[in-house]
Amino acid sequence: MSQTHERHYGKIFLGLLALTLLEIVVAGFHFMPKILIVLSLIGLAIAKALMVAMFYMHLKFEKKLLYVIAFAPLIFSIIMTQAVGFDMKRNQPQIIHQPSALGTSQPAH
Amino acid sequence: MSQTPAPVSVYENVGIESRKLGMWLFLASEVMFFTGVIGAYIVLRQTVPDWPNPADVLNIPLTGFNTFLLICSSATLVKGLASAQDGDKEGMQVGLFLTVLLGALFLAIQAHEYDELIHHKQFNPGSGIFGACFFTMTGFHGMHVLGGVICLFFVFIKSLKGAYGPAEYRGIEVIGLYWHFVDLVWIILFTIVYLI
Repeated sequence: MSQTHERHYGKIFLGLLALTLLEIVVAGFHFMPKILIVLSLIGLAIAKALMVAMFYMHLKFEKKLLYVIAFAPLIFSIIMTQAVGFDMKRNQPQIIHQPSALGTSQPAH
Repeated sequence: MSQTPAPVSVYENVGIESRKLGMWLFLASEVMFFTGVIGAYIVLRQTVPDWPNPADVLNIPLTGFNTFLLICSSATLVKGLASAQDGDKEGMQVGLFLTVLLGALFLAIQAHEYDELIHHKQFNPGSGIFGACFFTMTGFHGMHVLGGVICLFFVFIKSLKGAYGPAEYRGIEVIGLYWHFVDLVWIILFTIVYLI
């Protein structure tokens, strides 16, 4: 059983390395529209995260209850963050007036 | 009259071994913590005008190498766990030792990165909202790695004393869940903070 897992582990390891290299390459594709680069990078990161969760953390071979424990807080946190995001967007002029995010410019009035 | 030892029972009321269930519940709280922090970063990034290009400030090749180290450490840990399950004591100890070593190396490189950013590029937590977000997120992650390295070191010492084998490998499995989670969070952080 564990030998079968080990074969999976090897493939997952190589897959993670390949996807990481692909991410670094895609991040340098400045000729592509920014939105496409961002979506590709997020897609690759989610694929890598799922590979780790499913195979290294054995979620694929576990009871469904663990899926609920793992994913329920993620879903609720995303909903909450999105709600804050909408609020920030709506009240943007009142919340942040920062000329440079690096903090090199003069503070806003 | 000799006393019969109480049977060693594992609490499995929900069909999941208690230590594993406990770790998963802890990880659920960690999921909320990191989703909140990463979510705040994404919201701020969308809201703040003139967000700098991370590649202009951060050392992407060095961090890419650090990501490689953390992925390798996850692989050595699952190899160590598989060896414990198979009764391969030497393989288990080598796997655990390499995991501790790679984790420590990750931290050393992160410390070097911080030193370079703070002292040579004058980029610190006070350098605007990007600096605050960067050091908060990578700092919290680094502290999690440090905690993991310390725990893994104790697990490695226990493995040298013969605490683990085919009948008892939960200690490695449970710390493994934590370590892989830390790896998973870094995978997301590397993409969100460094590449996008």
